[in-house]
Amino acid sequence: MHGSGAWRGTEQVAESAEPLVVAKGLTKRFGDFVAVDGIDFEIARGESYGLLGPNGAGKTSTMRMISCMSPISGGTLRVLGLDPAQHGAQIRGRIGLVPQEDTLDLELTVLDNLMVYGRYFDLPRSVIRERARQLLEFTQLWDRAHDKVDPLSGGMKRRLTIARSLVSAPELLILDEPTTGLDPQARHLVWDRLYRLKQQGVTQVITTHYMDEAEQLCDRLAVMDGGRFAAEGAPQELIRRYSTREVLELRFGTADPTPIIPQLDGLVQRTEVLPDRLLLYTDDGEGTLGHVHRLGVTPDSALVRRSTLEDVFLRLTGRSLVD
Amino acid sequence: MEPTDRALQWSADTVTRPDAPHRTRRPTPMWVRSARYWMYQYKRTWRGSITTSFLFPVLYLTAIGLGVGSLIHHPVDGVRFLDFLAPGLLASTAMQIGGNDAMYPVMAAIKWLKTYFAMLATPLSVIDVLIGHLAWIALRLFVVCSIYLLIMAAFGTVHSPLALVAVPVGVLTGMAFAAPIAAFAATQVNDMGFSTIYRFVLIPLFLFSGIFFPLNQLPGWFQAVALALPLYHGVALCRGLVLGHVGVSAVVHLAYLVVLSALGLVVAARTYRRRLVT
Repeated sequence: MHGSGAWRGTEQVAESAEPLVVAKGLTKRFGDFVAVDGIDFEIARGESYGLLGPNGAGKTSTMRMISCMSPISGGTLRVLGLDPAQHGAQIRGRIGLVPQEDTLDLELTVLDNLMVYGRYFDLPRSVIRERARQLLEFTQLWDRAHDKVDPLSGGMKRRLTIARSLVSAPELLILDEPTTGLDPQARHLVWDRLYRLKQQGVTQVITTHYMDEAEQLCDRLAVMDGGRFAAEGAPQELIRRYSTREVLELRFGTADPTPIIPQLDGLVQRTEVLPDRLLLYTDDGEGTLGHVHRLGVTPDSALVRRSTLEDVFLRLTGRSLVD
Repeated sequence: MEPTDRALQWSADTVTRPDAPHRTRRPTPMWVRSARYWMYQYKRTWRGSITTSFLFPVLYLTAIGLGVGSLIHHPVDGVRFLDFLAPGLLASTAMQIGGNDAMYPVMAAIKWLKTYFAMLATPLSVIDVLIGHLAWIALRLFVVCSIYLLIMAAFGTVHSPLALVAVPVGVLTGMAFAAPIAAFAATQVNDMGFSTIYRFVLIPLFLFSGIFFPLNQLPGWFQAVALALPLYHGVALCRGLVLGHVGVSAVVHLAYLVVLSALGLVVAARTYRRRLVT
């Protein structure tokens, strides 16, 4: 990756070929419960790597192990080439964490939150002040710098948490659901900023529930389910591998559409019957729709769309609700 | 200028520059870094807190020392009632500050503001977080006890230069409560347990540790219980120092408070780790 050297300084260039994070058989247990069940992955310098999965899939546990806040229960983990069990403090000094729940100090001002945090990294006040100004402009919070955090909106707090995680100029940025609970405007602003950071060579690990977010931000991603990887790859690659090019969605009102399914053999690779609609996974949506019409069936409505990551996700992790 | 344009510039600017200038400094100890947070927070509340530090001793010494004292015409333990009372109040104030600062702020740092978790995402580890917080409490105790001693002097209750040592002893008394109570606070899911501490620990100790009357006024078994409790040792030490008669028993008092503080620290290190590292 080219930009990575610029972010941290030239001394890092030599080791840039080595992955930033290497996990082998990584496991996390809480008593008898296995939260992460022996996963393997590597994250290259400059890459944006996503962890997707339903609640309880083990994403946050994985993130907490990478950020050296939670000891591993099995397997091996190397972050920045170091062992978290022995060099936790050193590693944490070089990574930035955006935790799932904000840990901002609500009673301090926006600026003081950055000052306090930067001081944990032992940065001089003058350096933090200069970075704080730039980061608050970057996250469009500069005009609120001297306001208390408490009354800020959820989106502003999230952006402040991101700004705070960057105060130490980290090599690796760990974002646990960075946009959950934000309105569309705030989400797009966060995406834009994360994209810029990526362009500057900041390696990112991101968990999210939003498939559009994963598709936008991640070079590569893993779909987690029950503590394991159900699939791993680039978003387009996963769509190719686990879904078809297009999806035909048919709505039938009260009529039962199932009798037509056997007659679509050859055209349709996979079908899914939902309470309100029928999903036909096919490489040729229009052609399939024509065939349906030729069978003498008239759906209430028909929609041809491209396959998305959401189709992959639901196929791999199922549609049933996870609590 | 459009804000996004400015935003792009920072990439090529300071933020991306390796942090060379400060690398030559000696690194600040981790516990100092976490103690600094509490200092930032205190910036917000120091005015009120300093005012109460002046006000409470004045109120207590006036109402109880002078007011109630005016009814007591014979010496208490060989001295004026006001002289008997004042050093005990110094110790009990230290207990209250130490105890209080190890309850709600600890709960806030774990649950309400999650400050400890913010710290743990940085180079700080659990022990740094704990020691930094206790160090901050100790610093605050030092300030409060110093103010208390000044006011005692203004009331004419300081009778020996040894009284200066009552300040660190007050700090130690406060820590003998702060450390074990912090250990307890880290095990709590909400703040309900804290009112239990007030009702069954801090207030009874305040009343029965020889602050308002000598313990030999109590029935024998009660005396034995009171002697075994921590605040009495802080009170006895402070009184000896302020009045200028320190005996061999001072070693026992001192040892008691040191051991309790140290035990509290050891237990707190365990309860903190259990709560904060999962």
